[in-house]
Amino acid sequence: MTIAPPADIACRDLVEMVTDYLEGTLPPARAAAVQAHLAECEDCTAYVEQMRRTIGLAAQLCDDDLPDELRARLLDAYRTT
Amino acid sequence: MLRVARTYVASDEAAQDVVQDTWVAVMRGLERFEGRCSVKTWLYRILINRAKSSGVGERRVVPVSAVTDDGPTVAPERFRADSATRRPRHWLDPPRPWQRDPQAQMIGAELVERLHAAIGTLPDLQRRVVVLRDVEGVSAAETAELLGLTAGNQRMLLHRGRAKLRQSLEDYLSEEAAR
Repeated sequence: MTIAPPADIACRDLVEMVTDYLEGTLPPARAAAVQAHLAECEDCTAYVEQMRRTIGLAAQLCDDDLPDELRARLLDAYRTT
Repeated sequence: MLRVARTYVASDEAAQDVVQDTWVAVMRGLERFEGRCSVKTWLYRILINRAKSSGVGERRVVPVSAVTDDGPTVAPERFRADSATRRPRHWLDPPRPWQRDPQAQMIGAELVERLHAAIGTLPDLQRRVVVLRDVEGVSAAETAELLGLTAGNQRMLLHRGRAKLRQSLEDYLSEEAAR
């Protein structure tokens, strides 16, 4: 059995690092290993892309639930204090 | 704000009351903005405090450790076994392509429903983190502070929540493609 070099990440482990990767909180060496894996692996690239899309879609759910009248009064209150 | 409130109380009506109560407190100057955080974070803090006190009896506050599901966020059977001779732990059943590009146009009503429902099934803390971070756009640091989480726990909860939402979108967008 060949032993993978330590920098190599298996897909199953990469999917658990996606959020740390996207958040920019991985140590530099690990982030570089993730990038190297993604450059070689279409499936993980698709996974990361779907995670990004999921985040983008969630952002579209944000509705402005502040009624106009309240908004105006609130802005007013800020201006006068 | 309704969505955040809803993660603390048991009904939409109760969530509306909490939001209204928050605004009333703000308008009456019961809560002072001291400029220590963004206006948004200040508002969420008031909201969450009010939601917590109104939600007492409806839901108990549960420590992170008690609600954290662990284990893989992608089904292990979608990967080759550790013992596979070729490409162990690599994809066996890779992410299915999403046939429509959901970002090409405004999000469709059905997809909105689907995503809402998926968010609704997340455990409370995961849901709070995902709603604050990804729906409401609150920063990681402010979300952690609002919810009393460490940075690491905040990210872990976000990761688990996002992974479930992605899976749910995959089920929907690839099943739709198969029709």
